[in-house]
Amino acid sequence: MSSSAISRDDVAHLASLARIDLSEDELDRLGAELPAILEHVKVVQQVAGDDVPAMSHPIPVTNVLRADEVRTGLTPEQALSGAPDAEEQRFSVPQILGEE
Amino acid sequence: MTALVAFEDALTRYDPVMGLEVHVELNTATKMFCSCATTFGAEPNTQVCPVCLGLPGALPVVNAKGVESAIRIGLALNCEIAEWCRFARKNYFYPDMPKNFQTSQYDEPIAFDGYVDLTVPAEDGGEGETYRIEIERAHMEEDTGKSLHVGGATGRIHGASHSLLDYNRAGIPLIEIVTKTIEVPGEKAPAVARAYVNYLRDLMVALDVSDARMDQGSLRADVNLSLKPRGSDVLGTRSETKNVNSFRSVERAVRYEIGRHAGILDAGEKVVQETRHFHEADGSTSAGREKSDAEDYRYFPEPDLAPVAPSREWVEELRRTLPEPPAERRKRLQAEWGFSDLDMRDTVGAGALDLVAATIAAGTTPAAAKKWWLGELARRSNETGTEIAELGITPQQVAEIQGLIDAGRINDKLARSVFDGVLAGEGTPEEVVVSRGLEVVSDDGALSEAVDQAIADNPDVADKIRGGKVQAAGALIGAVMKQMRGQADAARVRELILEKLS
Repeated sequence: MSSSAISRDDVAHLASLARIDLSEDELDRLGAELPAILEHVKVVQQVAGDDVPAMSHPIPVTNVLRADEVRTGLTPEQALSGAPDAEEQRFSVPQILGEE
Repeated sequence: MTALVAFEDALTRYDPVMGLEVHVELNTATKMFCSCATTFGAEPNTQVCPVCLGLPGALPVVNAKGVESAIRIGLALNCEIAEWCRFARKNYFYPDMPKNFQTSQYDEPIAFDGYVDLTVPAEDGGEGETYRIEIERAHMEEDTGKSLHVGGATGRIHGASHSLLDYNRAGIPLIEIVTKTIEVPGEKAPAVARAYVNYLRDLMVALDVSDARMDQGSLRADVNLSLKPRGSDVLGTRSETKNVNSFRSVERAVRYEIGRHAGILDAGEKVVQETRHFHEADGSTSAGREKSDAEDYRYFPEPDLAPVAPSREWVEELRRTLPEPPAERRKRLQAEWGFSDLDMRDTVGAGALDLVAATIAAGTTPAAAKKWWLGELARRSNETGTEIAELGITPQQVAEIQGLIDAGRINDKLARSVFDGVLAGEGTPEEVVVSRGLEVVSDDGALSEAVDQAIADNPDVADKIRGGKVQAAGALIGAVMKQMRGQADAARVRELILEKLS
């Protein structure tokens, strides 16, 4: 999204992708606020020239790797302790609707 | 629904364009981003931790062995290896990924721009044709959890009241290998797709980076297919048939989709871009979900993982660990052994290539190694439904049995009893021969007595031989063998018979 123009439909689409239920009022409000946020980010883009690469990690490190050695994780009881519902030692989730 | 068009008919008007995506589950001891075990078939949710459950505050760390395997796969596919690449989050909401994203790679795959040359066997068993398949990329990602749908018919998601999740598989390293578009003559497309997946399986096994078992899901193929009208350059809309789980199914899925697309296009309708499910029972596919656009996944670089920048020294070190490519090895072995194409295909098909190779390396002739593995042992493998490599007999033991035959201590028939004994766990071939008393009798005293008895029992036959019909000796040899429970030295028996009756 290089342009900061964000339509109300864009906001509705993003909301549905993020599974956020927005009211009509909220769609209107965010449709106005999101472009403002993108404008702020644009200022950074102006400062960062081609010689400043985008970074995704705050520290310039690479190859943080670990050995392939098994370590004990959680017990099933611990793993399931935070689950709203469990059955047959598995996490129980509501019906998965409208998807395959 | 529009009618299917017969495969051959479809090819008179359309050319298929394929793309294949293969997911390989690595055989690392731990997951890609955490130290949980990866044992297949463990009790549900016993191989999980805060990282693979996506609990707040958990910090993933990349498995070095996963990167190593990815690089070796990339090199074996003749790919470039990235000097610097990152992981990315592929965002979607589905309970099989508790983090609500899959850690994958997006525009910076670890390996890219490769190719493989594969030979598609000719149907008549003759010289096959070679095709080059271009590799777009191979990237690192993680597997998802397993869902169990409850309350619906036969475990299907439709009609299910709720679903149960086991996250043991979530986070197991996957390498996704993506081809560039494959355009081969339409009638070859199904066989080429199959040969490609087969090639990858053999390669993964040779690299020892994966079990590559399609039946257990450690190697899964997605078949992308579209048609373009003959003579046109306009690409059609593609369908993506997911998780096809056998070589034969890959072939059938391509055939089916060609016929289905042709039916839709013939009717003047539009192919829908969607994922499809393959049905083993009748070889058909059915609609899954409509495909989201790539941007709907809102990929962005994974901020919790540092970039991977494999040094060129490491890459070259790994290049030196690459095995001889399976196809070249086969060609070399076939020439060394003097096997026909058919022999070779039978050997590979029986899963006996390495076993035959090891038996020959232990000193047996290629012909004898082939005889035992493809005859006696393949038969037992079929009868018991056991993989030939799992029968419980080693190539060294087979070589030892052949050695006993060559030394004249047992014959082929007695060897079958030795196989019985070794497979029953009675010890080494030598021990079985002794404990079962299987040694061939070549002592003239005992043999001579048996020959005299056989002559006495079969006077007509004896007369024929006296009259010069030497080929009748077979009947007397048979009688001696019967008397001696198969343990007579047949060559010596023959000599004795001819001596006595000349």
